[in-house]
Amino acid sequence: MKLRVATVWLGGCSGCHMSFLDMDEFLIELAGLIDLVYSPVIDVKEFPEAVDVCLIEGAVCNEDNLEILRKIRERTKVLVSFGDCAVTGNVPAMRNPFGPDNRENVLQRAYVENARNNPGVPKADGIVPRLLEQVVPVHEAVYVEYYLPGCPPPAARIKEVLVQIINGQAPLLTGPQLKFG
Amino acid sequence: MAAKTLIIDGKAVSAEEGATVLQVARDNNVAIPTLCHLEGVYDVGACRLCLVEVAGSTKLQPACTTKISEGMNIQTNSDRLRKYRRLTLELLFAERNHVCAVCVSNGHCELQTLAYSLGLDHVRYDYVFPKWKVDVTHRLFGMDHNRCILCTRCVRVCWHIEGAGTKNVAGRGATARIISDLDQPWGDSESCTECGKCVMACPTGALFHKGATAGEMEHDRDKLEFIVNAREKQQWLP
Amino acid sequence: MQLDDLKALVAKHIGARKKIVLRTCMSAGCMSSQADVIKRNLEAEVKAQGREAEVEVRRVGCMGFCGQGPLIGVDGLSAKEKLFEFVKPTDAPAIVASLQGAACDVQVGNPDHPFFARQMRIVRANGGIVDPERIEDYLAVGGYQALHQVLTEMQPSEVVDEITTSGLRGRGGAGFPTGLKWGTVAKSAGAKKYVVCNGDEGDPGAFMDRSVLESDPHIVLEGMAIAAYAVGADQGFLYVRAEYPLAISRLQTAIKQAKALGLLGGGIFESPFNFNIDIRIGAGAFVCGEETALMASVEGKRGTPRPRPPFPAESGLWGCPTLINNVETFANITAIINRGGAWYAGIGTEKSKGTKVFALTGKIKNNGLIEVPMGIPLRQIVEEMGGGAPAGGHIKSVQTGGPSGGCIPAAYLDTPVDYESLTKLGSIMGSGGMVVMDDATNMVEIAKFYMEFCMEESCGKCIPCRAGTAQMFHLLEKITQRRGTARDLAKLEELCDMVRHTSLCGLGQTAPNPVASTLKFFRSEYEALLQPDPFGPRPSVTTQSAEPVTL
Ligand SMILES: Cc1cc2nc3c(=O)[nH]c(=O)nc-3n(C[C@H](O)[C@H](O)[C@H](O)COP(=O)(O)O)c2cc1C
Ligand code: SF4
Ligand code: SF4
Ligand code: SF4
Ligand code: SF4
Ligand code: FES
Ligand code: FES
Repeated sequence: MKLRVATVWLGGCSGCHMSFLDMDEFLIELAGLIDLVYSPVIDVKEFPEAVDVCLIEGAVCNEDNLEILRKIRERTKVLVSFGDCAVTGNVPAMRNPFGPDNRENVLQRAYVENARNNPGVPKADGIVPRLLEQVVPVHEAVYVEYYLPGCPPPAARIKEVLVQIINGQAPLLTGPQLKFG
Repeated sequence: MAAKTLIIDGKAVSAEEGATVLQVARDNNVAIPTLCHLEGVYDVGACRLCLVEVAGSTKLQPACTTKISEGMNIQTNSDRLRKYRRLTLELLFAERNHVCAVCVSNGHCELQTLAYSLGLDHVRYDYVFPKWKVDVTHRLFGMDHNRCILCTRCVRVCWHIEGAGTKNVAGRGATARIISDLDQPWGDSESCTECGKCVMACPTGALFHKGATAGEMEHDRDKLEFIVNAREKQQWLP
Repeated sequence: MQLDDLKALVAKHIGARKKIVLRTCMSAGCMSSQADVIKRNLEAEVKAQGREAEVEVRRVGCMGFCGQGPLIGVDGLSAKEKLFEFVKPTDAPAIVASLQGAACDVQVGNPDHPFFARQMRIVRANGGIVDPERIEDYLAVGGYQALHQVLTEMQPSEVVDEITTSGLRGRGGAGFPTGLKWGTVAKSAGAKKYVVCNGDEGDPGAFMDRSVLESDPHIVLEGMAIAAYAVGADQGFLYVRAEYPLAISRLQTAIKQAKALGLLGGGIFESPFNFNIDIRIGAGAFVCGEETALMASVEGKRGTPRPRPPFPAESGLWGCPTLINNVETFANITAIINRGGAWYAGIGTEKSKGTKVFALTGKIKNNGLIEVPMGIPLRQIVEEMGGGAPAGGHIKSVQTGGPSGGCIPAAYLDTPVDYESLTKLGSIMGSGGMVVMDDATNMVEIAKFYMEFCMEESCGKCIPCRAGTAQMFHLLEKITQRRGTARDLAKLEELCDMVRHTSLCGLGQTAPNPVASTLKFFRSEYEALLQPDPFGPRPSVTTQSAEPVTL
C-alpha cells in the first residue's frame, strides 16, 4: 500500500510549499510513490483519518492552527516539522518578545497604522481565527517525530527526507543539511 | 621547556609544557567545539562547549583553559560530552531571539554552524522570547542583543587588543548584557575608537557593520590574528 | 606592647567591673526589636534606683536564642546565670528592681534547656559574653594570647601542623581541610601573600558569620593574624557584605583598637611580624562568596568566578598566593592554638572534627543559632534543641546547605550531622543554614524557591548556569502551575545532570541539588502535579527517551 502523505500550511509564508514544488520532475515520480491525501495544493477540505506522514509548514499562531494541529496529531502516525517556522517559530514568533499585548499590537500595526484603505482590525467570529497569546513552534503544541529545518528548506533537502521515509527509514539529515535559516 | 606526552582520544601525542588541551588537540587535528575561545586573546572558560573528560578526574575540564600534563588521558568526544554540548546550544537558542532567516550572519555564524555540526535539529526547551534592544546609535556598527551569546570576545578584544576598554558586561544571570562605557548608547561612547575589532571578533550576528543585510556579515577573524601575531611574534606576514 | 603590659591592662579592666552585670544582646536580631532602647532604659533605671555601684549594663553580642529575643543575661546574682526573654523597653524598671528580689513578670528562660545544654561553644564561646566594641573584654577572656604564643614560641610550619592535627575543615561550604590549604599557601613561592576572610555569607536565611562578626570580631582578627604568620602573609582582607552594617562598624572598631595596642599593624608584640587587615565591602551578590569571584571583587573588578586551577593558594589576589577561609573557620583557630590540635581532633567524628554553628529556622519551636559538635544526630538538633514542629505540625524534612544543599526527609533524622553523611543523602553541610519544614510544606515549591534564587544570583558568565537555571525555574513553574507533563519532568532531570556537570563554578554546579534531592525523596509530589499529555509521543511510532530525537 502506498504511504498516505499530507502536507499542511499553518503560520508560515508558504515558502516551504514553494520549495516542495521546486522538486520539479521528482514530483511526478513522487506522485507514483505516495498518496497525497491532504495539502494546500489539492482540493480536500477535511483532514483525513489514518494518515502516515504529515509535513507541517508554519508556526502555531492562532486558534485555528492549534485546532487542526491537534486533529492532525490524532490522525497521523508521523509528523515532520517542515521549515524553520514550524521548527523554531522563526519570523512569526518575532511578535512574542513584545509582551502580553503583542497580538493586539501587531494587528493594530498591520491593519490600522499601516493601512492605506479601510483601516480596522478584521473581526468575524468563527471566520477570522483569534491569534494565540504567543506563537509557538509545532513541537511545543504537539509531539513531533522528525525535523526538516531551513527557511525554506531547499528542495534537495525535502527530497532527501521524503525518499528516506518512503524507503521505510527514519529520516536522517546531517551537517549543513540541518542549517537553520 | 619540556615536552609532555599525553593521550587524546586514544592517540598518543606530545606537546610543549604550558600548552592548553585545546591547542594540542587542534595541532593534532582533533576538533573540539568552542565559542568563547578566540585566538589572540586570553581564555575565560565561559561557554563550556570545549569541556573534555580527563581520566582520573570526576570533573569535566574546559580544554581552552586546562594546561596539559604528563600522561594525561583525554576524551574529547564521548556520548556524554556530545549530549552536553547539544544541550548547551539548545539553551543558547532558547535564551534569546535567534531568527537565522533574517540575520546578517546567516551562513557566517559560529553558533549556527556549531548547531548543525552537532546535529541540533530543534530546540526542546521552551523559547524564552525575552525583549532585548538593538543599539544602532553608533555611526558604523550595530549591536543586536537578541543574538548575543555573552561570550565576551568583544570585551576582550576591545580591552586587550585595541586597549579602548569600551565594551563591558553589566547585570547578572539572564539579564547580563554587553554594554558600552557606563551603559550608554554605543554612539555616545567617548572611548570607542571605531576600530571595529569587536565586530570582527563576534561569533554571531550580534555585532555587525551598519548597512549589512541578511547573510552578508562576515566576521574578519584573520585580521585579529594578524594584529596579534604582528604584536607578539613580530610577524608581519599573514 | 608586651604580654605583661597586656595583662596589666586586663587586670585593671577586670578590677573596674561591677558585681552584677546585665548583658544586653545588641546583635542584629535583638536590635531589630529595640535592644538599643532597652539598654538605654536599663542604664537610666540603674541610675534611678541608685544601683550604679553594683550594677553595670554591658553591650554583648548574640546569645543564640534569637527567637526568644530581645535577651538579657544576668551575671553575679546567683551561681547560675539568669536569662530574661522577649524583653520590652518598658520592662527596664522591673528587671532592675528584680535584682534586689522584687517580683518581676518578664519571662525568664531556662539555661538548662537543651537548646543551651546540648551546645558546645568554641566559635561562639564569647558570643553574648564580651562587649564586641571593647577589646579589653576580649583580652579579659584570654584574647590575643594565642597570637602571642604563636609569634614567640612557634615556627610557622608548627602552626600549620597544629591546624592539620586538629582536622579542622573549611566552614564556608566545601569542607576542604584547612591545614592542607594553609600548608599549600605557606609552600607557594612568592614574596607577597595575602590572607582573605570570606564574610560574604549569601545563603538565604543564614546568619552564622554575621553573628560571629557582630558578637566577637576579635576572634576572627586573631585567627587571621595567626594564619598570616603561618603562611607568610602581611596583608589581610576581610570581605563583608554591605547588608551587614553593624558587623562592618564593629570590625572597624576592633581593627582600630587592635592596631592601637600593637596587636595588628607593624611589629606585632614587638616581633618582626607585620600584618594589616583592610575591610572590603561587597555589594551583596551571592556569587561573590565564591572565592575567585570574591578575589576579583577585592581587586575592584566585576565579581565573576574564573576556572580553577590555578587555585588561590597558588595564584590569588593580583596573582599572589592567597589563603582564603571562611569567618567561622578563622574563628576556630585561637581555640586550636590555645588548647591544642589534638584536643580539637577529639571532638566530632572521624572525618568531621570540632563543632559547627547552624542557623536553625523554619517550622520549629526554638529558632536561633546553635553550635553543636559534629556528628550529633539531626534528630537531637530539631527535636530536642529545636523543640520539634510548633503545635499540631509534624516535621517533614530538614533543609541544609541552602541553595546548594538538599532536603533530608524525616525518616533520616537519625543521620549524624557531618560532611560525609549529609553528602551521602544528597545534601551538604554548607555554611550552616538549617531550615525545618513541616507537613504543610510543598517540596516542589521549596525546590522552585531555591532555583529562583540561583537563577537570580547566577553571574551570567557560563551558559549552563545562566540559561540552565532559567529553564529549570521555568519547568518548575510549569509543573507547580499544573501545566507540566512527564516530558517536562524528564527535561528537568536532564538539566539537573547537565548543569551540575558543566557549570563553571560551585553556584551552577550545586544549583540542581535542591531539585535533585526533592526528586529523590519526594518524587510523588512532583508526579501528582503532572498533567496528561494527549498530544505527546505516539508509543507505537517512537519510543520516548530522555535523549533528544536526532535525525
Ligand atoms: C556560589 C558560592 C557562594 C559561596 N559563598 C560563600 C560565603 O558566603 N562564605 C564563605 O565563606 N564561602 C563561600 N563559598 C565558598 C568559597 O568559595 C570558599 O570555598 C571558602 O570561602 C573557603 O573557605 P573555607 O575553606 O574556610 O571554607 C561560596 C562558594 C560558592 C560556589
Ligand atoms: S546569530 Fe547566528 S544563530 Fe543567531 S540568528 Fe544569527 S545566524 Fe542564527
Ligand atoms: S569598535 Fe573598537 S573601540 Fe569601539 S567598542 Fe568595538 S573594539 Fe571597542
Ligand atoms: S556581542 Fe558578540 S562577541 Fe560580544 S559577547 Fe555578544 S556574541 Fe560575544
Ligand atoms: S556557574 Fe553560574 S555563577 Fe558560576 S560562573 Fe557560571 S554563571 Fe557564574
Ligand atoms: S571555548 Fe572553552 S569554555 Fe568556551
Ligand atoms: S541576636 Fe540577640 S540573641 Fe541572637
